[in-house]
Amino acid sequence: MNTVLILIALATIGAAAAAMSRPSLLNCVLLLTLSWTGIAAFYLWAGAEFAAFAQVLIYVGAISMAVMFAVLLTRRGRRDFPPRKGSRSRAAYAVLAGAAVAGVLLAAVARSPLAASPAPGPASTVRELGGQLMGPHAAALLVVGVLLTVALIGAVVLAAGAGPEKPEATR
Amino acid sequence: MSTAATPNESILERAPVLARDWLTGFLPEPARWLANSLVVIVAILLVFATVFAALTLAERKILGRVQNRPGPNRVGWFGLLQPVADGVKMLIKEDIVPRAANPVLHFLAPVVLLAASIMTFAVIPYGRHLVPVELDAALLYFFAAGSATELAVFMAGWASHNKYSLLAAMRALAQLISYELPLLLSTVPVVLAAGTLSATGIVAAQSGWKWGVVPHWLVFTPCGAAGFAIFMVSALAESNRSPFDLPEAESELIAGHLTEYSGFKYALFFMAEYFGMCAASGMAVTLFLGGWHAPLPVLEAVPSYVWFSAKFLALLLGFIWIRATMPRLRIDQLTRLAWKFMVPLALVNIGTAAFWSLTFPWAGPLQLVRWAVALGMAAGPFVLLGRGLSSGLGPRTYRYA
Repeated sequence: MNTVLILIALATIGAAAAAMSRPSLLNCVLLLTLSWTGIAAFYLWAGAEFAAFAQVLIYVGAISMAVMFAVLLTRRGRRDFPPRKGSRSRAAYAVLAGAAVAGVLLAAVARSPLAASPAPGPASTVRELGGQLMGPHAAALLVVGVLLTVALIGAVVLAAGAGPEKPEATR
Repeated sequence: MSTAATPNESILERAPVLARDWLTGFLPEPARWLANSLVVIVAILLVFATVFAALTLAERKILGRVQNRPGPNRVGWFGLLQPVADGVKMLIKEDIVPRAANPVLHFLAPVVLLAASIMTFAVIPYGRHLVPVELDAALLYFFAAGSATELAVFMAGWASHNKYSLLAAMRALAQLISYELPLLLSTVPVVLAAGTLSATGIVAAQSGWKWGVVPHWLVFTPCGAAGFAIFMVSALAESNRSPFDLPEAESELIAGHLTEYSGFKYALFFMAEYFGMCAASGMAVTLFLGGWHAPLPVLEAVPSYVWFSAKFLALLLGFIWIRATMPRLRIDQLTRLAWKFMVPLALVNIGTAAFWSLTFPWAGPLQLVRWAVALGMAAGPFVLLGRGLSSGLGPRTYRYA
């Protein structure tokens, strides 16, 4: 079954790598969405049905849309400009930051035991997941809920702050 | 598909399962499982392709009748072969791709859209033994599969390399995202009442009758009725049907994000719209109308899939009827309806559902209190929000029209 995992991993990482190298910003977004779908496929492979569907619903359905709207509303023209070459010190910082993240991830991967078969533990049902979320992890759930609500209210305040536009007839 | 038989059920009830076993029975075990899945997939595709063809004809006929004209009546007997003629026409039409378009995405958009809408058919329980895929989180799967349609609409608009297509795709996305929220929220009362996300479990929770006549369908509870109404309106908007067909709006927007599509690719978009409508109706039947359960105990002799089909077709006819009756909304009315009316109503409805579930043990005269409070919680916000919805906004003067 590890071949499936390797295929999923290759597709996910390949899509992510392609997303970084494309000049067109919207192609990047679509490739990134493909990469997120790959992560959902991995969850499915690992027996975490609920997490996989939630990943598709939230990342492919919602976050990709948010990214696309952001890209389309902030772009000046139809043409995409490839990013200009930065200074050498900037490149060095980029390599440093990338290496730090890669180091953390690699350390985590090296320490975690890799099971040979998919779904090593008993696949938990949605009811158990709900019980866990509402019981031991209720505080974390509440904090996340408050955070999202605050973000939502902030967005509404930002959007409402502009005030109604003056009608053209008054000019 | 589950094959566990319950005693004293008719041969008709098990007929589809028996037919499948007859088809694949000679195969050894691992190959048989694969063949069974293939048979189910082919059956779903065939049935829904037929429903699609019949639905296009029925829609044109019914619209014709409503508008006091005969509708298609030239091809075949009473125009019955019209879908075949349409299909042939669509297949042999030239497939035009604009020179500046992104050819890969332009091709992928209808494919992704259709694939996503077909995938949603996998978890709907069509009958007692006719559940293609049993999933613990079937409801979540349904919405996750449906969420890929937004991506496809965007791909279609952007890959066409036409600014009007892109603008129309953005409008379509605004509509899809706005109505996704009430659609999802309206199903929460069902999950609260059934205590599960599995489609089979939700149908099982609606079995039985009160006093032997009133079925335990969720649509017969205050929160279920409100949820059903919200679900159907949101489903209408999600499937781009009239009165929410602004993304296409053939008389105003030259078909919006579909402007640069022709021939069979256009037909695929059309097909995906109808499949989306079918999936929404199937899910509405499963969630609110008791799934495949018969409306009366005496009618249980009729196979379950017949009951599912009857409810399903009734909802589809309702969709067509609404299309024949309602004028199209304007984009500001559409988004206002979603964010100022449907979303708050759906949120309040979750509260109603919580009250309904918590007061389940109430009996005697308290039952009346329970019904009165729940009905008030369902109807009160509807009236209040409905009054405030367009106050101070109309009538509108058109200066440039």
